[in-house]
Amino acid sequence: MGRGLQPTLAALRAQRGGLAPCRFDTVDLTTFTGEVAGVDSVQLAVELTDFDCRNNRLAFMGLMQDGFSDAVAAAAQQYGAQRIGVFIGTSTSGILQTELAYRRLDPVSGAFPADFIYGATHNTFSVADFTRHHFGLTGPAVVVSSACSSSAKVFASARRMMAAGLIDAAVVGGVDSLCLTTLYGFNSLGLLSTLACRPFDVSRDGISIGEAAAFALLERVPRQLEENAVLLLGVGESSDAHHMSSPHPDGRGALMAMKDALKMADLDAADIDYINLHGTATQSNDAAEAKAVSALFGRETPCSSTKGATGHTLGAAGGIEAVICALALQQGLLPGGLNLQQLDPALPLNYLRENREQTVTRILSNSFGFGGTNCSLVFGLAGPAVK
Amino acid sequence: MTPTSAEHTQTLRVFVDGIGLLGPGLANWAHGRDQLKGNTPYLAARCALPLPAALPAAERRRAGAVVKVSLAVGQEAVAASGLQATALPSVFSSSSGDAINCHEICSALASGDRLISPTRFHNSVHNASSGYWSISSGSMASSSVLCARDASFAAGLLEAMTQVVVEQTAVLLVAYDTDYPEPLRSARPLPDSFAVGLVLAPQRSERSLAQWALESASCFTRTAADRLDDDALEQVRRSIPAARCLPLLRSVATQGTGRVVLDYLEELQLAVQVKPCY
Repeated sequence: MGRGLQPTLAALRAQRGGLAPCRFDTVDLTTFTGEVAGVDSVQLAVELTDFDCRNNRLAFMGLMQDGFSDAVAAAAQQYGAQRIGVFIGTSTSGILQTELAYRRLDPVSGAFPADFIYGATHNTFSVADFTRHHFGLTGPAVVVSSACSSSAKVFASARRMMAAGLIDAAVVGGVDSLCLTTLYGFNSLGLLSTLACRPFDVSRDGISIGEAAAFALLERVPRQLEENAVLLLGVGESSDAHHMSSPHPDGRGALMAMKDALKMADLDAADIDYINLHGTATQSNDAAEAKAVSALFGRETPCSSTKGATGHTLGAAGGIEAVICALALQQGLLPGGLNLQQLDPALPLNYLRENREQTVTRILSNSFGFGGTNCSLVFGLAGPAVK
Repeated sequence: MTPTSAEHTQTLRVFVDGIGLLGPGLANWAHGRDQLKGNTPYLAARCALPLPAALPAAERRRAGAVVKVSLAVGQEAVAASGLQATALPSVFSSSSGDAINCHEICSALASGDRLISPTRFHNSVHNASSGYWSISSGSMASSSVLCARDASFAAGLLEAMTQVVVEQTAVLLVAYDTDYPEPLRSARPLPDSFAVGLVLAPQRSERSLAQWALESASCFTRTAADRLDDDALEQVRRSIPAARCLPLLRSVATQGTGRVVLDYLEELQLAVQVKPCY
């Protein structure tokens, strides 16, 4: 969809998505992907070359946008480098590096090629380690890896560590990049659409996998708050206790997460202006999510899934959708869902097909994942209207 | 809900209400406690993987080593605490996922036939153990699933302790690692499986074994991590990330009072103030 906030906003305003027929690596599947252009040509700083892999290149692209590096540097100056935590969500991290190394195993010994560096690339922690080194931060760092809720749940962990007084600010985010494990894995489950994914469409037939890097800097609420500052008002987390790869059919866990997020925010369902749905475009997710959302919000609250534009960026989905929610709040834009031909009449929601321009003060964002992990976030615009 | 002021001198205090332990030559907490105390000599042996009896039959067939070790210590810790698993948020922390599963997937993807089984794929997620725990215990409470490579135990402890204190709830922490097949083992020499389960509570109970505290201003330190006196146990501690918990477990076993320093990130260790409850 583009690099940085302005291209992302422009794509949302134009209802332009980033999905195209898959041309990634040697993949021979008939599916669409949201591949970020230019990742292959990214060069990491010389001292960080051990971290070189697609996922960290994508992370680097994200970190260099919109003055984010300057904002983190300023926070490090203000609080001290040890008082800033790093919390990054990813599902597959740099596993592509290992997939490629397996193609180059020594035919006799079966050993990896000498240039393969497991710890700084494949390991799940690699992207948080890279981010910490990139900024020269010296405080706590962790990767949250709970499949597709990962980079929503980083907000929960960071909030707790700030509340506990262990840190003063946190770099949170989500980074997931294309790899064969997820493409062939979702294919094995019959969950890949052959077209650009169609969330909430009556004929939706699965996800389109995307890749993304999204970051935010969390700080405590200062005394003087700019009107367009975005606040994290509530977080709700739950587990389905149902099945490893399909959601509870009634969205029981999803409902619990949304209720808890509203409770922490001290808001009622009617206070929410827009819901950014998880909306993966699988039959089971959209049906279960619609049940849970309608049970709590009824049929009126405007909602949509932005995965028709971004694809399902898996461990980065919560992060990229948090950024989209921030743009929606600051710009007064409710993004319509792409690729919708006919809304599924069995999903009784006020699903937005077209963009809507209006004042937006509070948004709820859903992220659910394999293993039955659920996380809902409530964001608000500082402005005068927030409680 | 966002905290409005920096409080640099908070003390995060938790009570250890249940421990589960499984590792090379370590069958359970009662057994490990005697060895850490020095009452029973530590004898190095391969970690014996238990059967995940609590899982439904279909899930039991699909469960890999990571699920077996993590569920075993989770159940042992929760049973010792006397609390209900359904009421406990959990933290699952591991230096990586199921490496045998990963090896099978990467081998298939590098071959002419890229077909992966659906079970292989859903077992490949880092939160597989957390998902199986939720299914087997019926717990719908939140679960944080973490990785910090060699720092994964301390990272999990930080997450669990902040959650206990901030949310005022008991939390189950499970930290676990399983061994790697070749060629991954050469890139990541992790010789055996190890798992620890801890139920940490905000208030002292009659089950409390010890009190652990983090001083927010001084818990991050450059002081070197504590080591174990027994060479073979020290070797376990150093070679398996989840076993970096052992100095803390030793302090519980010996009813120690004072400061235990745990390995965490590069040039950053975690200091825990400990004292016994009995």
